[in-house]
Amino acid sequence: MDWQLVADSFWPLLRGGLVGTIPLALASFAIGLVLALVVALLRLSPNPVLSWVGRAYVSLIRGTPLLVQLFIIFYGLPQLGVRFDPWPAAIIAFSMNVGGYAAEVIRAAILSVPKGQWEAGWTVGMSPVRTLSRIILPQAARVSVPPLSNTFISLVKDTSLATVILVTEMFRKAQEIAAFSNEFMVIYTEAALIYWMFCTVLATGQNAIEKRLDRYVAH
Amino acid sequence: MSPTDPSDRPEPSDRPVPDTLLTARGIEKSFGTNHVLRGVDLEVRRGEVIALIGPSGSGKTTVLRSLNGLETPDAGLVQVAGGPVVDFGAQAAATTGAWAGRRAGARRAKADRAALRDRSAMVFQHHNLFPHRTVLENVIEGPTQVKRIPRATAVNRAEELLARVGLEDKRDAYPHELSGGQQQRVGIVRALALEPDLLLFDEPTSALDPELVGEVLTVMKELADEGWTMVVVTHELQFARQVADEVLFLDGGVVVERGAPAQIFSQPAEERTRRFLDRILHPLD
Ligand SMILES: Nc1ncnc2c1ncn2[C@@H]1O[C@H](COP(=O)(O)OP(=O)(O)OP(=O)(O)O)[C@@H](O)[C@H]1O
Ligand SMILES: [Mg+2]
Repeated sequence: MDWQLVADSFWPLLRGGLVGTIPLALASFAIGLVLALVVALLRLSPNPVLSWVGRAYVSLIRGTPLLVQLFIIFYGLPQLGVRFDPWPAAIIAFSMNVGGYAAEVIRAAILSVPKGQWEAGWTVGMSPVRTLSRIILPQAARVSVPPLSNTFISLVKDTSLATVILVTEMFRKAQEIAAFSNEFMVIYTEAALIYWMFCTVLATGQNAIEKRLDRYVAH
Repeated sequence: MSPTDPSDRPEPSDRPVPDTLLTARGIEKSFGTNHVLRGVDLEVRRGEVIALIGPSGSGKTTVLRSLNGLETPDAGLVQVAGGPVVDFGAQAAATTGAWAGRRAGARRAKADRAALRDRSAMVFQHHNLFPHRTVLENVIEGPTQVKRIPRATAVNRAEELLARVGLEDKRDAYPHELSGGQQQRVGIVRALALEPDLLLFDEPTSALDPELVGEVLTVMKELADEGWTMVVVTHELQFARQVADEVLFLDGGVVVERGAPAQIFSQPAEERTRRFLDRILHPLD
């Protein structure tokens, strides 16, 4: 095995992860969470039209492949005159995807907070919006950390799909190095290990957050 | 609180006497086909304690929740502490018209709920403390977030109230670190911190272990002695006898009998009241 190649390619791959994969995942996750909260609230709305809009969105996102969503945004929309560079296109596609999956997590988490908590907020005089933000969402957050962490970890791996719309993230780097050196096995395995490393670090972070949020829960 | 527009709000047929704190007239409520409240009237003077008793499912909780705007009756009038007269019947009619009318109706319903909540505070059967907030944070949430009282002032006031119920050393504990009796006392302090005109209690001791009931009832008795106006749903007949000025027996969604505790408990006029008291006092017979 060509250890020199492994050593020489490690830094370019890791760099592709640090300047490509991670920022792409972080930006998409942040925007996606906001979108997910909006969709979750739409779904929970007593207004049947709003609730239907939320349901339709979730159904469309979850019922179509992420790769196809990426292609529609990057290759399809330009035919309608809407053109995005690779990075914005990727962030839009991944955010919308996270928005669909995380919306269900957030909706379930909101529903898991007992109704008495809403009522306690109201009788204290808080508006529904304030009750949601100060009483319900903090408690929902505790419940949704594990499933949302899974969503984030999936997202980190899914960003490798962005290579097909020319985003220079880690996997695109790996493809370039592999094509140049002809060492497909070595390079792709190395890339896989770096993804694995990222995900392991994230899982550790998840545990830390759960511990922190656990301080008010009975054991 | 905006002054009410006299042209758009009905007045109760007979205006309450000046020291009346709470007037409720003809409260009706159905859940689907279940006609739960069939015209309940309440009249509470400032400083009075009313005990609401009655069998399970008779509508006690629904009455209490209606007074706080947590339940929206289908009809009836409620007025608390000189606030606007909330007409639930007119509200129900207003929320069924055309779109613009419904919007106006919803706005008005919101204002009505706010009017009730500004003047009353609720102590729940299962305390409903905020589990992610410390005891102190639970108590100052309403004052700081809703009444916009400066944090330092609210904290001082909260500490005073906690000391009064013997919980000054628990201010930084989370609710799950307290006993049931302590949790319920914090629930009472959270209600007091809102400085309401009217305190509503929904079976505040029925979820507690028997040995913890006394500490909560003691606090409630002290509040009554201090002159708080209270409506208490309870199965603690001894408490009702000692503390209440008036006892209302509710059954099947109507007030079957009302009167002084001594009279209700010793010589109930109605057969239904007698049977209910008998069941509570002699459950094994
Ligand atoms: N949100 C609701 N939806 C449907 N039915 C309800 C609802 N709330 C109460 N009810 C019904 O209304 C009736 C009266 O309920 P309520 O809780 O007021 O009785 P209660 O006198 O407080 O009883 P308990 O002593 O068991 O607390 C019951 O038949 C109950 O099933
Ligand atoms: Mg009840």
